This record gives sequence, C-alpha cells and structure tokens, in this order.
Amino acid sequence: MNTLRKNYVRPLDFKHGRVDMSHGSGGRAMAQLIEELFATAFANEYLAQGNDGALLPPSAGRLVMATDAHVVSPLFFPGGDIGCLSIHGTINDVAVMGAQPLWIAASFILEEGFPLGELKRIVDSMAAAAREAGVPVVTGDTKVVEQGNADGVFITTTGVGVVSEGVLLSGDRARPGDAILVSGTLGDHGMAIMSKRENLSFDAPIVSDTAALHGLIAALLATGADLRVLRDPTRGGLATTLNEIARQSGVGMLLEESAIPVKPVVAAACEFLGLDPLYVANEGKLVVVCGAGDSERLLAAMRKHPLGRDAAMIGTVREDAHHFVQMKTSFGGRRIVDWLTGEQLPRIC
Amino acid sequence: MKYVDEFRDGDVAKGLAAAIAVEAKRARNYSFMEFCGGHTHAISRYGVSDLLPVNVRMIHGPGCPVCVLPIGRIDLAIRLALDHGVILTTYGDTLRVPASGGLSLLKAKARGGDIRMVYSTADALKIAREHPQREVVFLAIGFETTTPPTALAILQARQEGLKNFSVLCNHVLTPSAITHILESPEVRQYGTVPLDGFIGPAHVSTVIGSRPYEHFAEEYRKPVVIAGFEPLDVMQAIRMLVRQVNEGRAEVENEFSRAVTRDGNLKAQRLVSEVFELRRSFEWRGLGEVPYSALQIRPRFAEFDAERRYTLTYLPVPDNRACECGAILRGVKKPQDCKIFGTVCTPENPMGSCMVSSEGACAAHYTYGRYKDFVVKMPARREAAA
Amino acid sequence: MCLALPAQVVEISGNDLGVVDLGGVRKEISLALIDDVAVGDYVIIHVGYALTKLDPEEAAKTLALFAEMGPVETQIQ
Repeated sequence: MNTLRKNYVRPLDFKHGRVDMSHGSGGRAMAQLIEELFATAFANEYLAQGNDGALLPPSAGRLVMATDAHVVSPLFFPGGDIGCLSIHGTINDVAVMGAQPLWIAASFILEEGFPLGELKRIVDSMAAAAREAGVPVVTGDTKVVEQGNADGVFITTTGVGVVSEGVLLSGDRARPGDAILVSGTLGDHGMAIMSKRENLSFDAPIVSDTAALHGLIAALLATGADLRVLRDPTRGGLATTLNEIARQSGVGMLLEESAIPVKPVVAAACEFLGLDPLYVANEGKLVVVCGAGDSERLLAAMRKHPLGRDAAMIGTVREDAHHFVQMKTSFGGRRIVDWLTGEQLPRIC
Repeated sequence: MKYVDEFRDGDVAKGLAAAIAVEAKRARNYSFMEFCGGHTHAISRYGVSDLLPVNVRMIHGPGCPVCVLPIGRIDLAIRLALDHGVILTTYGDTLRVPASGGLSLLKAKARGGDIRMVYSTADALKIAREHPQREVVFLAIGFETTTPPTALAILQARQEGLKNFSVLCNHVLTPSAITHILESPEVRQYGTVPLDGFIGPAHVSTVIGSRPYEHFAEEYRKPVVIAGFEPLDVMQAIRMLVRQVNEGRAEVENEFSRAVTRDGNLKAQRLVSEVFELRRSFEWRGLGEVPYSALQIRPRFAEFDAERRYTLTYLPVPDNRACECGAILRGVKKPQDCKIFGTVCTPENPMGSCMVSSEGACAAHYTYGRYKDFVVKMPARREAAA
Repeated sequence: MCLALPAQVVEISGNDLGVVDLGGVRKEISLALIDDVAVGDYVIIHVGYALTKLDPEEAAKTLALFAEMGPVETQIQ
C-alpha cells in the first residue's frame, strides 16, 4: 500500500492527462510519474531501494544478458500490447540461451501528448506479465520527446539470467542429422498486428501468441535431451531464424511443408495479402534443433505444456556447403526458403 | 479455403504429373510460356517444374506489371511526392522498385515524401476525402485485372466532385504484349522464339474473356490454354497444351472455366472503355516501345489525370548494359545465362525487370529455385561418406 | 500477377459494398463490377473488388478433369 506524498497537489489524471515535456525533465512531474505509475505497478524490493541502479544479489552461474527495443504499432492488438510484448520478448531472448531469467530493466521513450490512460494500460500490462513470469522489473528510465518523434511510446527492455552448469545452447551447434522442431503454429502474431493496421484492416479472429517461454524451455531442459539450438522466430519469421542457424552452423536444412503448423485462419489472412506465413513474426514460439534420437521426447514434453500443444517436427538438418534451407512443398515439388528480401509487403501481383 | 485447397492437392498432382509424362512424346521438346507473373510465382513456389518431364519446359513471360513498369514512370511518381508535395498512394508492390538517383518510393518516403501504401483504390479515395486541402495521386499499375478498379475510382471521384484526386496511369494490356513477344524486330536479333504455346493469364481473362486470344492463336498458330491460379490448374493447362501440340491444334482452351467465360466481364469492360483510351505506344521495361499496349485517361476525365494536372517530363531510363531481360522475357535465354544474375543483380539490388518483383523470372528462380544451379557441383562421394 | 482469391459473400450492404469470407477472414469489398450477386455466392476478389462470380459446377468439372487419365492412344511413342 502506497501513501501519496503531500508534495503532489493532485494525483496523476489517468482519465484526461497527457504526457508533456515536464514528465521527462527530472523534476517533480517526472518523480510523480515514476512513483504513481511505474513504481506502483512494478512494486518490488529492488525498485523500493529507490536508487538510480538496482543492487542485485550475486548469482551462481554464467550470466546471460539480452536487450530489445519495442516499437510495435499499433500499441494495442488482439492478444496483447507493447507492454507485455516487451516483457515476453526479453524473457524469451534470455531463456533461449538456456538461462533462467532473473531481472528486467525497462526504459521508456514517451511522445509528448501521449494519453496517460493508455500509458497506464501498457504499464499495468507489463507489470502483470512480469508478475506472472516471476521476473521483476528492477530498474528503469523515462524520457519524453517532442510530438512527432515517437509512435506514442517506445520501450526498451534488458534482461539478465543465469545459466545452469553444463547447458550450452548456441546457433552454431546444429549438425547434419539433427531434427528441427517448432513449439506451435506460425504467423499468429504478425497477422494479428496486420489485422489492426489501418490501411489493411479486416475482421479475423487472429490473436497474437505473445508469451513468456521460460517455463516451456525449463521443461525441455529438464528432459535431459541433447538440445543444440533454441531460438524464438520473431521478426522475419521461421524462415529467417532457420537461415540464421543454417549460416551460423554451416549446414543446410530440408523442411516438410505439410508438417509446418499454421492455423487455417492465419493461412487465409496471408493469402489475402500475398504474404508467406514462413516470414511472419511470432512472439510465443520456439524453434528447437536437437539430436535426432531426442525429437520424440522433446515433442512429448512440449505437447504437455500449455504453450506447446501444437508442437511438431518440421524437418532435418543436412550437409550443404551453400547453407540452403530447402523445403518439400505440400504439392510435391521442391523450393528453397530463402532469406527475406527487405520487408514483406502486401502485394497485388 | 474452399476453391483453393482442392486445387493444391499433392496427390492429385502426382496423377497429373504421370498423365503429362505419358502424353508428352519422348522424342519432342515442349516449351510453353506462362505469360502471367502469378503463374510464374505458383510454378516456383510449389515446385511445379519438378513434377514435369524433362522435355517439357516452362518459359517465364513478362506478365508482371511491376516488372515491366519503366524506371522513368516511377521517377514521375517520386517527383510528384518530393517536388509537388502530393500524397502519393500506391499498391505495396511498387514501393521497393529502384528508380533513378538511388531512390525508390520507399526511400523517397524516408526523405520526407508522403507516400502511403493502399490495398485498394477505395482507400486512396478515402484519403482524398479526408485531406481536402492536399493533392492526392494514385499510382495505377496493372493489367486488365486491375484496370476496372481504377476506372471505378475515377468515376466515383467525378460523382463526388472530388477536386484533389488524380491518377498516374500505367495500365498495360495483355494481348498486345503477347503479340509483341512473337513478332517484334528483336526476334530477328534473338532468333526465333522457341515457343509451342501459352498459358493464358487467369484473372486478366475473367475481365477480358477468352475471345481476345482467338485471333491471336489463329494468326500465330500457337495454342493458348487459360489456366487458373493454383498449381493443379497450371499442370492441367500444361497437359492440355501438350495434347494440342501433339494433335496439331492451335486453339484457345479454357481450363479456368469456373471463373472465365468467352465474353468476360462486360460490365467491367464497359467501365474501362468509358474512362480509358489506347495509347499509341508505351515503353515496357525489358521489351522497349510496344504499340497500342497501354491505356491513358480520356480527355473528358482530364482533371483526374495526373499527367495533365501536373507538368511532368518523362525521361526514359535505360537498364544496365549487361541486363539480359529482353532475351529472358522472350524465352531465348534463362536467368542463369545472364552474366549479372545472382551477383550484381539480386532481389535486393535488381538491375532489370526480371528481378524486380518476386514474379519476374529471375527473382522467382533466385528466391525459390537457385539451389538447383548448385546440384551439379555437389560431388557424389559426399553421399557415400555421409 | 493479379493476386486474386475466391471468397464467399456473407453480407451485402447497400452502395455496392459487401463482406466476403475466405477461410475465416472477413473483409469489406466492392461489388460494383458485377451484377446479380447473392449471399452465399463465391466471387473472385482483387484489390478490394469482386471481379466475377465463381461457377461451382464448372469448378467440380475441372476437379474431375484433373483425375482423368489421358487417352490411351497417345501412350504409344
């Protein structure tokens, strides 16, 4: 329970108030914003220290740090918002390294004129996501920029985690013969965003898959299986992630198109816009490369977990000096799944 | 998705592949051109070529309106945005096409041009209504499929009395392009085009019908089979073409009968001829000047014609000298035959029309099929050692 | 070229506008280029406009043709 300091004549007006330049100036207005909004929402012992930096306890094990800037537009979309997205994204970046996420730092760039009510929604969503994941936001920063210089709000999150002894996950560890798995359906997040973009609106029950994956990953590590690579296929989709791994590991891949899980409504939305689901962003999915003998065990572990119900094996790693990711199409022919060229744009042709 | 998934069935594909292999005479080579970029895309994306016998070869034609859009026309659009301060609305396909001065529409946007992607002409009209104090120009591209929507937009603008809306028209026509491929002066330069028939465009044909191809099949003695968009449609059309060649016929057949009739969409055709008229000649990137192959807005709609509304000077921009698009578009050369394919010229840095959009022959091969170029180089001993 | 899709008309509003459904995705489009369309019909959609109606009988015939094996005579080469 927080007691409002009498220094603030009026509490923050979340109904009609807007961010203005004073909120970033370091003075009282900013202190009030931090206290009444951020600190209240994130509430934990580290923030309560009230210092510029958080003093953290020592960790047993190698540390992982990851950082991410979030500039998604629209800020609110079916299944989530920029707030929970930023928490999930950073937790996932840390967790795919095999680390248990411990702490998050969050910095905000706010656009002058941004409604405080929307900011509160976003911050509350972040706080809920952090609480649910058991990873506190221990320190942060706020700046305000003039109107027109930010899309409402940009959030940068940095996460730190600790890796257990003996765990080694890295993009260069894929070997010919390995199995390639995914934890569920692809393209949900990107198409949920598309469905809300102003100039491409359509009504479709597509919901972002944004989620913290550290629980699912812990379940995979607990099987003791031979995990080589873990990655979450965010921007650029599955295709980009697989091409990255192929290049890093110096291998090729062969995928089975009919085995790649895509929700029918997502496939239809992609058809509408001329997009390929393999290149559409995901925010709650895992790509797993493992020793061939472990694929069944890992699939079973994923399917037991709420975030891995639709897990599937989608291909194998093979030798290829050119690092091509090839695919047997459901039609029976073959093609490569190449790197993304620029940004995927909806097309008429 | 109904009427989509059934036409992509892999098991049926096997049956069709077997049927084609049986009907294609072993002693003969068959070369068919699919005119439409959408067919090129389907063939590459589904790997249809893998299911054809080696003596049946597909040649990728110029049927991609973005590919054949001359750089000079994109420059006009960029100038409108940067110099005249208009809101330039466009379909997504044109945004990344490199134009002069290291610019593209996307890069011009980064320089401050108000360039907005729209899904439909209706969106462009909406923008014009919402910004009455700004000039709005719609960059119109496309074959006969995309022209009726532009015609409707202009008629709608007139009906509403919109004072700030105009169209930069780059609509082109299919039959004239096919004719040009077969009879242009360049044919002498490149040698006879080894084409045995055409796969006719799917959606263009829903608008213009199958009739326009009849004169053309008769005149040049080449069979035309209009095919739907899905890979099974394409394979069936190839089977029908093989059969026509074997039987010595040169007819127009319609595989896409579920959406194409002989007359086409008369209402759409009427609307188009109300708003547009033929240009005497128009430059096609990769093909040069093609007579009576494009449309311009009729004088009575002059206020909606960006070319009349703004003083625009068109400057043609030649392609890289090493670019082989002219030969590739006519089926005389393959992408791999071009010296700059895959090195200087890639989808990120396209030098000519065939690489510009994912449906150009070079782009399709690069994006989906270039692994085949390397197959020969992988030595057999690797398999034994694995 | 011409990315166009078959979708089912699920709603017809006034003003030549309607809503189509493709695999669960709905979009408002213009029906101004065609006449005589009813809810339940399938149409081909391109850049926000219905270009033509799809004929279910012809679709069925086409699918049947795919499955047909070629004339036996042509097999002798």
